[in-house]
Formats: sequence, C-alpha cells, structure tokens
Amino acid sequence: MKKFRSATDDPPLLRLALGTIAILFIALFLILPLLVVFSEALAKGLGPVFAAIVDSDSLAAIKLSLLAAAIAVPLNTVFGIAAAWAIVKFDFPGKAILVTLIDLPFSVSPVVAGLIYVLVFGRQGWFGPWLTDHNIHILFALPGIVLATMFVTFPFVARELIPLMTDQGREEEEAALSLGASGFATFCRVTLPNIKWGLLYGVLLCNARALGEFGAVSVVSGHIRGQTNTMPLHVELLYNNYDYVGAFSVAALLALLALLTLALKSFLEWRYADELAAAHRH
Amino acid sequence: MSLIIDSLAKRFGTFAALNGASLTAPQGAFVALLGPSGSGKTTLLRILGGLEAADQGTVRFADMNWLDMPARERKAGFVFQHYALFRHMNVARNIAFGLEVRPRRQRPSRADIKARVHELLSLMQLEGLGDRYPSQLSGGQRQRVALARALAIEPRMLLLDEPFGALDAKVRKELRIWLRHIHDKAGVTTIFVTHDQDEAFAVADLVAVMNVGRIEQMGTPQDVRRDPRTKFVSEFLSI
Repeated sequence: MKKFRSATDDPPLLRLALGTIAILFIALFLILPLLVVFSEALAKGLGPVFAAIVDSDSLAAIKLSLLAAAIAVPLNTVFGIAAAWAIVKFDFPGKAILVTLIDLPFSVSPVVAGLIYVLVFGRQGWFGPWLTDHNIHILFALPGIVLATMFVTFPFVARELIPLMTDQGREEEEAALSLGASGFATFCRVTLPNIKWGLLYGVLLCNARALGEFGAVSVVSGHIRGQTNTMPLHVELLYNNYDYVGAFSVAALLALLALLTLALKSFLEWRYADELAAAHRH
Repeated sequence: MSLIIDSLAKRFGTFAALNGASLTAPQGAFVALLGPSGSGKTTLLRILGGLEAADQGTVRFADMNWLDMPARERKAGFVFQHYALFRHMNVARNIAFGLEVRPRRQRPSRADIKARVHELLSLMQLEGLGDRYPSQLSGGQRQRVALARALAIEPRMLLLDEPFGALDAKVRKELRIWLRHIHDKAGVTTIFVTHDQDEAFAVADLVAVMNVGRIEQMGTPQDVRRDPRTKFVSEFLSI
C-alpha cells in the first residue's frame, strides 16, 4: 500500500538536511563561543576566576553596571508603559511619527548614540560650558553612562507592550470607565494586570541589554578604571592588557547573567503563552 | 423625567456618523435602535454612555444635562457585543468591580458587596459560577455576567450594544426574553442596539429605525410595522 504524506510535509531527506544545517549553525556560532568563554575562564582552575572577580576594579565594574541598569531599566519601564498606553488607547496627530521614533535606537548604531551625548554634554558641546561652570559632571560619570544605556534600551518595553495592548483593544477600559472607575483605577486594576507578563518580559530584555551595552557606554564613559568602567568595558580593558583569565572570568559572569535572563524569559514565555491563549478564547 | 435626545451630530473625519438624531422616550422605557450597519446606532449609544463625545446636540435625562456629566458619574451601565469582561478577574470580582472602585465614602461594605454579587448571580441564573474566569464560560453566560456587572452599579440607564450579536439563534431568543424580564423588574430605562428587526420588535416598547445618522421613524412595534412612514423604513422592514 502506498504511504500518504500530508501536503505540508517536506521530503524526509530535505528535512534532515535543513535540520542538520540549523543545528550545526547554532552549535558553531552560538554554543561554541559560549563554551569557549567558560573554558578560557576556567583554564587555570576556579581559583583565578574567583580572584579576578573579587578584584576591586572588577567589583567596581560590576557595581557600576548593576547601578546603571537599576536606574535605566525602571525609567524605561515607566516610559515604555506611558508610550504604549498613549499609542494604543488614544488617537492623536503625530502618532505614526512617535511609533517610528521609538524604534530609532534599534536602527542607530550605539556609537552614534554615545556621540550624540558627547555633542550635547561634552566640553565643546551645547551645554558643556554651562555644565562646567556649575560643576555638573555628565560625561565620564554615572549620569552619562545611564543616559547612554537608556537611549539604547529605550524601545524594549514599549515594543513589547504595543502589539499586546493593540491586541487587547480598549473595550475593557471602556467598561471600567462606564462602571465609574477613574483613569488611575482603570490602569491599576484593568490595564496593568492584563499586560503584566508581557511587561515583565520586556523589562527582562531591557535589563539584559542594559547590562551588556558596550558601544554607546564606551563613548561616554571615559574608561576610568575602577570608576567609570562597566562590566563589558572592563572585559575589554582586561583583554587588551593580556589578562585573559581575568577578561574571560568577567565575561563568563556577564554570560551567566545573560543565561539567567534567558532562562527567566523562557519561563515567562511559557506562562505568558498560556495567558494569551486564554485571552484569545474570549 | 424622560429621555430627550435633541439633534445629536458626530463626525469621524469626513464621515458623519450622526446627523441630527433626535428622539424622546419616557423614563423606564425599553427602546430598540434598529438600523443597518453604519446608520449611527452604536455611535448614539456610545455618546449616551460617555464613551464618545458629541459634536453637537443635547441630551436631557431625569432632568439632568446628561452630556455635561463625565462618563464615570453618569452611572450608565454599558453592555458590549463582545462582553468586555475583565479577563483576569473571576465572575464575582467582575460583578463587584463597579462597587469596589467607588470612592471610600460611597463604597458599600465588603459584606454588602458580597451580598449584592450573590443576589445578581442568582438573578442571572449564574449560581455557583462566581469563581470561574470569563474564558471558562459560554458566550451566553458571559453576556449574563456582563449584564450583572452593569446592573450592579444600579444604573440610571442601561445601554446594550448588539448584546446578543455573537450568540447563536437559540441562546439569542432565550436571552432576549429574559432581558425583557430583567428590565421589567429593575425598571431602568434601556436602550438596545440591534440590526435584527425580529429581536427589536420582540423586546422593545419603542422601536427607533435609524438611517444615515438620523432617526427615520420611531413608535411602538405595531405602529412602525403597520405604518412605515418613509420608503427606507418600509424597505428595511420588508427584508
């Protein structure tokens, strides 16, 4: 008897070939480098790794990265919610332009983003003389690093929320309004619970990028060891000084943070898929 | 003490959704807005509910300038075609919502809210479903929850936007009989939007036939059926 194949099934050989290519590609370009990072770090055992991480400059870099993310991520979360809310729930002139502008940091090179801040706040920049007169440090200090991080991670939360909120529509908010809820009560009781998983997912992505950002921060940081070096910048510095174990140890720590984010993200995706499916059954 | 809608107009860009719509109905009446899609019936309903602002015209209801009141103070219970239940809340919390968001001084006690929810659940024949989530209910059940939620705030006016449009014919028939029953019991002025003339004639005291943003004819179901006053009405009713 002839075996019937479903119309969407490809020939087995083609499937095998495509599958092999995909797996080889992922192994070669994603998994292998990650393994190299860990194996290089551990080349001389655990001791040097630990020593490299508790080194005072490394600790300062870790602290600075965490601090910058701790400021930039909440601010971008608030902005992202506000932007998504405005774009989805209201019609106003210039809406399309706002949507495009939100994507700007995705298309602009991070180095350019950094240079913009140099142009604005640098010694020769627009506000440079005024800032110098008032003894305010933005470039080569924490504010500059936070600004650059914020610019680069600007779209993550908004981008995550806009499609989700568009999908959910305005009806539940309208129902809340007609039942006598204030705008604030509607937001807290109706809007926020409906977007919470998407929001968390966006915040996680934003956080991962904030910790890992190199280009924009590199331009504005000034690379002062132990003061304005973030983790990625510190990795570069150690590497350029031929301290391979040190560089790969800090890099491994960064990679671990990223993997942790990835694991959390997968967990959320799984949760959030469930809730989205439930929402769609409406 | 009646509802007087006078020359309402509303444009969306270049499209005139309402074009001088006027009607008068006594307090406590059950009015059906009947018309083809695009005739402005939903826009009229949304303006009454405060979900849309009118460009021109006035509405007087129970001796109030209805349109001058903010939506959240009107106490207009709105029922949507696609239910618009809060999907992350169970049935009981959905029904209690309008009471729980009241300012502290006007908010009933927790026990009172619970009692009110219980009462509405049994009125809607939803006993035992208080802990379910909207996604676990059938369409007919969801719409009864939506109705209970709207009635919980003791609305001054009940506004229903094609409430049974997404349900199958059998459930539709059951629910409209039952909606009429609820209306008679609560005595609340009810405006019901539909494009289904059988439904309109079966439940309403007064039927307003709409076309291109105006009320073409308004009267009791018998009068409108027996004596269609414009060509549009007679054609629309003969479909």
